[in-house]
Amino acid sequence: MAERERSHTRGGTFVPRSQVLSAADVSRALVRMAHEVAERNGGLDDVVLIGLQTGGVPLAHRMAGALGDAEGAAVPVGTLDVAFYRDDIGLRPVLPEAATDVPKDLTGAVVVLVDDVLFTGRTVRAALHALSDFGRARAVQLAVMVDRGHRELPIRPDYVGKNLPTRRDEMVDVSEDGVVIGVLE
Amino acid sequence: MTHLLSVSDLGREGIEEVLRVADAFAEVGSRPIPKVPTLRGKAIATLFFEDSTRTRLSFETAAKRLSADVLSFSAAASSVKKGESVRDTIETVEAMGMDALVVRHSSAGVPVQVSRWVKHCKVVNGGDGWHEHPTQALLDCFTVRQARGDIEGLRVIVVGDIRHSRVARSQVLAYGALGAKVTLVAPGSLLPPSLEGWPVEVTDDLDAVLPSADVVSLLRLQAERGSGAFVPSLREYTSRFGLTARRAERLGPDAVVTHPGPMIRGVEIASEVAELPQTLVTRQVTNGVAVRMAVLFLLLGGAR
Repeated sequence: MAERERSHTRGGTFVPRSQVLSAADVSRALVRMAHEVAERNGGLDDVVLIGLQTGGVPLAHRMAGALGDAEGAAVPVGTLDVAFYRDDIGLRPVLPEAATDVPKDLTGAVVVLVDDVLFTGRTVRAALHALSDFGRARAVQLAVMVDRGHRELPIRPDYVGKNLPTRRDEMVDVSEDGVVIGVLE
Repeated sequence: MTHLLSVSDLGREGIEEVLRVADAFAEVGSRPIPKVPTLRGKAIATLFFEDSTRTRLSFETAAKRLSADVLSFSAAASSVKKGESVRDTIETVEAMGMDALVVRHSSAGVPVQVSRWVKHCKVVNGGDGWHEHPTQALLDCFTVRQARGDIEGLRVIVVGDIRHSRVARSQVLAYGALGAKVTLVAPGSLLPPSLEGWPVEVTDDLDAVLPSADVVSLLRLQAERGSGAFVPSLREYTSRFGLTARRAERLGPDAVVTHPGPMIRGVEIASEVAELPQTLVTRQVTNGVAVRMAVLFLLLGGAR
């Protein structure tokens, strides 16, 4: 989930402080991560990319493009909204934001979850739960553009664009224009 | 949302939110495992003081697909038969730790009354007398929107026993709030005593309004509420207000037909018409589960 979008539910507006990655840096990181996905899995057989709504979806599509360029094969891309699986339902307003469209039965697939920012790990936990309702994947891997730390669950990424130490009260925005750290005011 | 007693509790924004969330639940319904853990630990009771098959099954399916626990109550098999009052029944059920009550009753206003008695439970109107049946109207709107896109500006005709129909009241409010133009089509005897304040047009000439209608909502003659006494004969009713095969030929190419069920084939709808692709009855039933999941989720899943 994009942190910036979450900000409207918390109140306040996102105020950018410093640019951490340029648009070109993000593109390079995506290409590198795509190669790592192909390398780790010995090609793209059974690989399915699933972008987490909403911040992970454009990144999943771009990674699929990079995988197509590198391996000459099309990778299926799906989208997943984890609202119904969150563990904070009832504690804060939780609403589905966008469509879930998982391309096929995931039994036997190697699923690469793609998100923009890895923070507490709770979105990924919800995503793992959701995925299990679509079949038994052979393996699930996690690709994130930014790992900002502060994990609350035993979850770690397999592919990382950038490790970014942050304060808990900061926010990280990933967009077409790159990665920006800011605060909510 | 505190309770869902009437469509008017929602307003346009609230209706659109229900429909948007229902979209997401419709996708859940298409999965290999059509169930989500969203309302784990919540308990929902369906309290039906009047008979029903589809509404009760639909609410119970919706609750189970949200992983809530469901308790089912029907007056016929309860202490109501021994003389227990509705209020005592509600207090008993709430004391068992229910989080939401779906209430159906043959008297208008019972769900509103129940909502005043409960301490913390959310109350959903599952149909009260001639008054309202909000989730039915919401699922009708959802189904029409799925088939026709935006409801704004559509011409909706509601045909049949308006007088005794809680569905008609809720439909007028829901379609009206979403910007449709609603026309009631019925013999004078089957119109409510007063239509003051209803944002509708009224006619008793189905053939005049049928060709230009985008949505034809058919209602059942409610024999259990004595509708039969309001028309000279069923045959005459069908000849003027039934959607016969011949009439259906005059429907517009994109027009859709809805019916809340149960259908009485051969009276308000001909059997052949019920089978036409633009008759959305089965889709209404399927969508009903998604819409009721959305309502229960918005009532029980929201932040306090």
